[in-house]
Amino acid sequence: MSRRKPNEEYDKTMAGRFFGWLSGSKDPYLGQVEMQAQEEKVLPSETIIERMREAQMRRDKVYDPEANTLARLFHKIYTASAVFFCIALVGVLLVTVSYLPPSGNPDNPVNNVVSERYIEDGLQETGALNIVSGMILTYRAFDTFGETNVLFIATCCVMILLMVDDAILKKQEAMSDRRFEPKNDAILQGTALVLTPIIFIFGIYIILNGHLSPGGGFSGGAIMGAGLILYTSAFGFHKTQRFFDEHIYKIAKITALCMYGLIGTYFYVTGANGIENHIPLGIPGHILSSGIILPINFCVGLEVACTMYAFYALFRRGGL
Amino acid sequence: MGPNLFINYGEAVAMLLFGIGFGNLLLQSNLIKKIIGLNIMDTAVYLFLAEKGYIAGRVAPIVSDGVQDMEAYINPIPSGLVLTGIVVSVSVSALMLALTIRLYRRYHTLDLDEISRQLKKEGL
Amino acid sequence: MTIFQSILLGFLVVCAISVSFSRNLLNSILIYMSYSLIMSILWVCLESPDLAITEAAVGAGVTSILFFATLKKIQAIRIESEKAETTAAKNNDAAAQGRQESEAKDRKAEPAHE
Repeated sequence: MSRRKPNEEYDKTMAGRFFGWLSGSKDPYLGQVEMQAQEEKVLPSETIIERMREAQMRRDKVYDPEANTLARLFHKIYTASAVFFCIALVGVLLVTVSYLPPSGNPDNPVNNVVSERYIEDGLQETGALNIVSGMILTYRAFDTFGETNVLFIATCCVMILLMVDDAILKKQEAMSDRRFEPKNDAILQGTALVLTPIIFIFGIYIILNGHLSPGGGFSGGAIMGAGLILYTSAFGFHKTQRFFDEHIYKIAKITALCMYGLIGTYFYVTGANGIENHIPLGIPGHILSSGIILPINFCVGLEVACTMYAFYALFRRGGL
Repeated sequence: MGPNLFINYGEAVAMLLFGIGFGNLLLQSNLIKKIIGLNIMDTAVYLFLAEKGYIAGRVAPIVSDGVQDMEAYINPIPSGLVLTGIVVSVSVSALMLALTIRLYRRYHTLDLDEISRQLKKEGL
Repeated sequence: MTIFQSILLGFLVVCAISVSFSRNLLNSILIYMSYSLIMSILWVCLESPDLAITEAAVGAGVTSILFFATLKKIQAIRIESEKAETTAAKNNDAAAQGRQESEAKDRKAEPAHE
């Protein structure tokens, strides 16, 4: 037997009336007071447009640069203080430069024990003939890892800003088939046919010889990226997508960054704990030498090349 | 005013370029010229750093003929710092240019004063 | 070598000043490209070949190409929107009036809620 009351009886009890008032289901004035419900006021459409136009005119007058004297005054003050600040800044910096020790002097405080250690023990500890490359990829490998991360994040941000959906791109390309492909320029295509293999080979040479001669991952990667840009601008995106599309780009970039992270982690962990890392240093002067520098150069070069090409493709086309 | 202003002429020119780039950044109203000003500031700082690493009469830091003397090579450390900086500079420029394209699509002008005026009118 | 360096440094300052005073955007970007190239030669004079290669490839190469690509995107958009505006102005006077009336109806709904 349920003790629940039916709905009509519940509404007449004290609890029913209280909770009804609380939830606002019944209007307390309707039918109890001698007032009538008011009609909604209908403004004619002309006054609404008039009011909008007046508000727009008022705003235009306030923000008009010629009419508003306060705005002009602010502009003048801003220009004057900016010029003064720049001149003051250059003056302070020039005074500081004049107090620095003479440049080119071997006794400068900047040539201290750190550079001595890097030059004198660099070849034995890193195995690289190029002291700068060896330094940034073994002694200061963490900074270079941070920089590679910056490239990755920049590409992600540009993708967020500029990337267009693939379906929309295909629709646009179907509508006008000459929009993204170049008109067949004989000079450009002839030059690109000759130059692009040379540029690629040069880029790969610089990456592989990063520890023996000037260059390294960044320079070689930038050159390879420039070669890809030349090929794309001469032959169009369809031909480039035959060997470098979004799928391959994702795989290459993520593999490069993760491999750098893994090799670097092994290097740091064994080095910080004094454990011997069994990475062979090889004979200085050979290509397969200098421990971790060759694989890391390769990763960094791949990353930079993908980044440069991705910037160009996102700007030109909105997609890879 | 110290004694070495004209001996350090490279560094003085680098500071002058920094000032020119900064003036561009503050005073130009065109967005693209502001970005060019920022790039000029960047390269001026790299020039200053490379000047600090230069030692007169010595060669580039690539070990040749087995000479590992400290007296034979320039200081390699500022070179490493600048290498990082150049690549970061291109990333920042690319990001700012992407922002410029989106701003242009929304407001149809490259003038920063115009854009801020329209923003104030919209009430943002 | 120092005279050569001084001439290059003077050229840098001239390039930097003329970037700010040129009216055409395309001219500014070309001058910036040459500024980058002169900077790359200065790195060689300061005995840092790594920096020279990187600056030549990145500064005078990729950054300038990105600037040109930005200009192309902006100018293309401007031309298309100008064409769209002129055709819309010629055809759509009656449609504009109809749009105003529907906007007035929308505005009528809003004061009732306030």
